[in-house]
Amino acid sequence: MSRDPSSEAAEAASLQVTPAGPHPTPRPAPPKVVVRPRPEPGRTPRRAPAPEAAAEIKIRTEALSVWYGSMPAIKDVTISFERNRITALIGPSGCGKSTFLRALNRMNEVIPGTRTKGRVFLDGKDIYAPGVDPVEVRRRVGMVFQRPNPFPFSIFDNVAYGPRRHGVTSTSELYAIVERSLKEAALWDEVSDRLRSPALNLSGGQQQRLCIARALAVRPEVLLMDEPASALDPVATGRIEDLMNELKKNYTIIIVTHNMQQAGRVSDRTGFFLHGELVEYGPTEEMFTRPKDPRTEAYITGRFG
Amino acid sequence: MLSAGTRRSVTGAHLGPGPFLPAAIRRQMAAKRQHEKVAFGVLWLLALLLLVPLVGIVGYLVVGGLPAISWEFLTQGPKDMMRSGGIFPAIAGTLLLVLGSSLVAVPLGVAGGLYLSEYARPTLFTRLVRLAVVNLAGVPSVVYGLFGLSLFVFFLKMGVSVMAGSLTLGLMVLPVVIAATEEAARNVPQSHRHASLALGATKWHTVRHVVLPGAMPGILTGIILAVSRAAGETAPIMFTAAAFFLPRLPQSPFDPVMALPYHLYVLSTEVAQADPKVRLGTALVLVTLVLASNLVAIILRSRMRARLGGGGV
Repeated sequence: MSRDPSSEAAEAASLQVTPAGPHPTPRPAPPKVVVRPRPEPGRTPRRAPAPEAAAEIKIRTEALSVWYGSMPAIKDVTISFERNRITALIGPSGCGKSTFLRALNRMNEVIPGTRTKGRVFLDGKDIYAPGVDPVEVRRRVGMVFQRPNPFPFSIFDNVAYGPRRHGVTSTSELYAIVERSLKEAALWDEVSDRLRSPALNLSGGQQQRLCIARALAVRPEVLLMDEPASALDPVATGRIEDLMNELKKNYTIIIVTHNMQQAGRVSDRTGFFLHGELVEYGPTEEMFTRPKDPRTEAYITGRFG
Repeated sequence: MLSAGTRRSVTGAHLGPGPFLPAAIRRQMAAKRQHEKVAFGVLWLLALLLLVPLVGIVGYLVVGGLPAISWEFLTQGPKDMMRSGGIFPAIAGTLLLVLGSSLVAVPLGVAGGLYLSEYARPTLFTRLVRLAVVNLAGVPSVVYGLFGLSLFVFFLKMGVSVMAGSLTLGLMVLPVVIAATEEAARNVPQSHRHASLALGATKWHTVRHVVLPGAMPGILTGIILAVSRAAGETAPIMFTAAAFFLPRLPQSPFDPVMALPYHLYVLSTEVAQADPKVRLGTALVLVTLVLASNLVAIILRSRMRARLGGGGV
């Protein structure tokens, strides 16, 4: 499907106001149009278009399937994620995208009754191979959850939790890690004077950035984000998105999102999941302007989901 | 019914823009309000009744027992065939037994509760363990006493001693600690466990550094309940630890002790012409100890909750 670029721009402009509406949900009414990233002053400019072949593969799956009991949640997904890019996984509720995300750091094993088949290569090494310690996998592939889930400790202890478990004991070293992680998560300026106060006193958006800082503190290589902004208001969502653009300089980010504007705004590549299958995968601009599969088009134009 | 309402419509119209209410319905609503007042009053009275036994008991003990309380009463041994003198050996004995039974019940109970909540898979074995815990909690305390007598006192040859009594009391309160720990651990949000595991923490780290601190207020409540019960029970120590009369402190864990509840029992049943003041004074000391330990638990728990911050989520 081809569109007139000028009308598209106009529609994109008209959509810009929707997220600031009175409703706290970042998801506006089903978009009638393909959504483009919004050019907003003060934001990090969007990445340069990615040259296709040059990118290095950080993590990839090969015929990955996951079952809950006897119910298949993910069927035979083969996909590659590039280093220092943001990849968005979109799809309707229950399509398996979160399950897929958890398969990438073996967090499905925490949920009783799940079964995984297939392979996941991190830097070319299969993380499901016998003898691989899931604990080590999870240190290298960090995760941020849908709802902010800080521990009921102080801000400092939250961020220091991971490093402490990995053997860092010196206070000065921990302090340096905490400061660096909070700065990376763009939270330092807001909390530097109250590191010892309870994390649960922070606002929802701050809590989520704290969770990001906590994940960064163990120096992961890949950051999985499971709808990290779905419980946040539009302003906090914007901060998280800006942050992701900063973080991709050092990390490979895979984000699951329900919000197609968000996918359009932040991601370099997008994968569309439906009923546990990867329907389409490609550069975000292409997906949102010229989807190849009619199901993708139906979804992103809001005909279902 | 409706016709009566229709006639009154004019007078009711100024009350609001909506359809007016017929008189019958208005009467009904008035009756409902009346019912509500009555129900509230009854509930309030019942709540008040809850206070009566506690206030009554404590009041009775204070009025009757306070005159007996003195420095000597709290620090001296009994004299004159326990008709006068103090109850210090009984106080010390009870404290020793509480301490000893906690040493038995707390490590075992917390470990067992954490196992059931965090590690146990839903197998037949797990169900049997849970069933055993529930049933142990229901065994009468005198049966624990008999069990302790045959196992610890005779079979293990500990004799009537602090050791045997502590083990018996510890076994008796073990189910309380297990159940409280399991319950408290289950109330730690799953999302906290996931957050910890996703950071590359091991399962044990997660249990030790996330689940246990989060469950601590609940565990503490269970421990204090257990302590109160251990402090107050007579039957389990009657055959295993308590001495009828022993005006000195035990020299080793294998010596018998006096204990407040048993002393009270002896004073009430065995001592002829005992001064009721001494009896009530002893009871007052026992009740004060138990209530004080409850108070300490409540304060500790609320402090811990405040430190954990936010209160919930």
